[in-house]
Amino acid sequence: MSATKQSDLGLRIRQNMGFSIAVLLFVIVYFLYHLAHPKGFSSQVLVQNSNEVFSLAMLAMAQTVPVLLGGLDLSVGAVMTLVDCLASHLLEGAGPSVGFGIIACLFAGALAGFVNGCVVVFGRIQPIIATLATGAVYMGLALFLRPIPGGKINEDINWAMTNALGDFAETVGIFEDGKAAWFQPIAGVPTALVLLIIVALVTWVPFRRSVTGRTVYAIGSAEGAAFMSGLNIAGGKLAAFTLAGLFAGIGGIFMAIQTSSGNADIPMAGAYTLSSIASVVIGGTSLLGGTGGAIGSIFGTLILKVISFNFRVFDIAPLLQPLFEGLVLLAAVSLGALSILRVKNQLELFR
Amino acid sequence: MTTRDANDMLVLKGISKRYGGVKALQDVDFSCGRGRVHAVLGENGAGKSTLIKIISGVVQPDEGSMTLDGSAVSFRSPAAANDAGIVCIFQELSLMPDLTVADNISISSPPRKFGLIDAKAQRHRAEELLATIGCEDVNPLMRIRDLPLSRRQMVEIAKALGKKPKILILDEATSALTSSDVEKVYAMLARLKAEGVAILYISHRMHEIEALADDASVFRNGRHIETFKKGARSNDEIVQLMIGREISAHFPPKPAYEIRKPLLEIRNLSWENRLHDVSLSVGRGEIVGLGGLDGQGQKELLLSMFGVLKRVSGDVLIDGVPQKLNSPIAAKSAGGGIALVPEDRKTEGLMLPMSIAENLVIASLDELSSGIFVDEAKVSNAVADAIQRLKIKIGSPDDAVSTLSGGNQQKVVIAKWLMTRPDVILLNDPTRGIDVGTKQEIYRLLRELANEGAAILFYSTDYDELIGSCDRVAILYDGRIISELQGDAINEKNIVAASLNIAGQKSEGGAHVGH
Repeated sequence: MSATKQSDLGLRIRQNMGFSIAVLLFVIVYFLYHLAHPKGFSSQVLVQNSNEVFSLAMLAMAQTVPVLLGGLDLSVGAVMTLVDCLASHLLEGAGPSVGFGIIACLFAGALAGFVNGCVVVFGRIQPIIATLATGAVYMGLALFLRPIPGGKINEDINWAMTNALGDFAETVGIFEDGKAAWFQPIAGVPTALVLLIIVALVTWVPFRRSVTGRTVYAIGSAEGAAFMSGLNIAGGKLAAFTLAGLFAGIGGIFMAIQTSSGNADIPMAGAYTLSSIASVVIGGTSLLGGTGGAIGSIFGTLILKVISFNFRVFDIAPLLQPLFEGLVLLAAVSLGALSILRVKNQLELFR
Repeated sequence: MTTRDANDMLVLKGISKRYGGVKALQDVDFSCGRGRVHAVLGENGAGKSTLIKIISGVVQPDEGSMTLDGSAVSFRSPAAANDAGIVCIFQELSLMPDLTVADNISISSPPRKFGLIDAKAQRHRAEELLATIGCEDVNPLMRIRDLPLSRRQMVEIAKALGKKPKILILDEATSALTSSDVEKVYAMLARLKAEGVAILYISHRMHEIEALADDASVFRNGRHIETFKKGARSNDEIVQLMIGREISAHFPPKPAYEIRKPLLEIRNLSWENRLHDVSLSVGRGEIVGLGGLDGQGQKELLLSMFGVLKRVSGDVLIDGVPQKLNSPIAAKSAGGGIALVPEDRKTEGLMLPMSIAENLVIASLDELSSGIFVDEAKVSNAVADAIQRLKIKIGSPDDAVSTLSGGNQQKVVIAKWLMTRPDVILLNDPTRGIDVGTKQEIYRLLRELANEGAAILFYSTDYDELIGSCDRVAILYDGRIISELQGDAINEKNIVAASLNIAGQKSEGGAHVGH
């Protein structure tokens, strides 16, 4: 193997192979979807898709952080559900109380994640089993808050967040109620999509470039070497789980706004958790930790969702959907396992 | 006997360290001076690595004091030592394989802008540091995982330089480098020396030490024996200082040496760049030792014969028949059977939570089964036999094997393989961390097995063991057999000299030098 200097671009593409494939696959399949859809390439379809994607994309981002550490978080679905139920109590009113409610919901999500981190760090318990337990606790709390589905969300928020930017501007009363001429080209962009991009930009991008974020990657790559380099291992793990809780909380708030109610639905929480893991893997993050990122996971979610969209427009038997999703997941995992073929000391396979 | 002057930067006084009952360092006085390269010499287990670990904050001494630039210091962690300007380049790499070269170089204190890591500045810094060791060909955006070992080692050196060391410790840091890289590292060390950095240099390559060191200190049995200036001692004298360990075990008598028909023949074995053209034969009834300093390819040689390594070139013959060894399953049934007592009994030798009986029979389940079911009657007979033969001290065979002492656990590993009645027995440092009594039992057992007709290949880091129990000893250096000793030539002086690859020790008492 030669170590000749390689071009930056070539390196970046090769290092992000899983991510690049995910993006490419999504673009192709989504393009086909719009071609086949009777109202393809319209704002209306885009809005509907964005709303369907948002909460799972948040959970996928949430799942990414513990996976980068080399662990799994089985509680992300439960945290989302808990915050969903909490939001159905707190976001009913109007004005400042809604702002306060949103902050409280974000805090609740982050707190749940922080508790996960404490159990993992101070209890020295593997993340998968720690979060299996805490997830059940959070589900219990959610059921306590909403024994039966119900509650109500401020209607303006529901309308503003689950439609296009134009509707958002009109509801909030900015940009001449969304009628400003300059605003028209982007008035059809879904609010949820914009929110997703904003969340990624203001949380993930700085995290990725912070010392804490670097520590998370280092732990997942080689915890011993990270320790010997004088990095704060406990702090990195706590931050990772807290961030996961925060992302799951954002997902929960949106779910409440979208459905305009709270629902402690246990099967749904489980399904979301499993889909979040699938999204992470499809997005090119290694379950062994150390490589990948939340942006990839968002594309993982998009691929999973676009598969189900296509089932609708192409009128394929819906029963085939799990089979198809499974095959995509299998292909993604196999791609990540290719490096095993290069191992020359078979003992390394077991380390 | 330590030379002291005002130039001393780091001074250690009366340092002792124990691991359990083992004294790794005893009452060591040591100092190293500004702008000097100080070589540390000693056999395996002489205390070199413990000394370095104490200086660099990885372990804390039980007794003694350390002063740096005249003020007392004690380091709780490697990070604390780094902050004081003591930087160590460890043999085991401290790099994170999934992060990029630039990330790794700046891992403990990355350049920041607005509180976030400044990727551009970080990259620039990596490029500068790599340039100082002539490593411009590495793109800082590459992941460590994708670099060959020699480049990783250079990145490790660049990472250490980035911490602006006052004292730089190199622990076998050049072992993986290519010769052109070694030149660059020498030039870098010369520059640091001129800047007043103190350099501690641990290496088993005598020519490197001759080329680089201003002072040298010899360690033996955890004690500091002597410090002398460059050129004050000849190679012969250095070897003499290094040997002279107390013999702590008794060995069963060896039969008179005779040339035997080979049972196991290894021909021109090579793997990656760890084994080069290794040829060796072991006769029926013979115990052949593998010696040399740690990490010269001994483990890889044993692993390759047990089918663990892929893409090994060369041949392995048993009784003249070439064997295809591509997995432990194949090795187990090759010829009359090959057995390997592995390096780490806790992960490769035993299933710790399973019972003693289950561990004992795990390698010979085929013989102990009728049809698809394990025959419990056969199993309990076999287990009772094994426990009796190796005198394993147990409560009940159904206890978890993790409840046993280290020595008894190792006996279980050996007994497990004896149950397969192998013709060829490979042992990878089987007495490491075991009490003297059990060691003696193992030596006796090995001799018994040889007398029963087995061919035994035995790697040990303890030279006494090789001298006391082997009929022949092959010394490895850089993945090659550098010397084969037999009869009276198996003595500590010859083994140490060959391990250090010092020429001129050959033909003494019938030693024969290969390559």
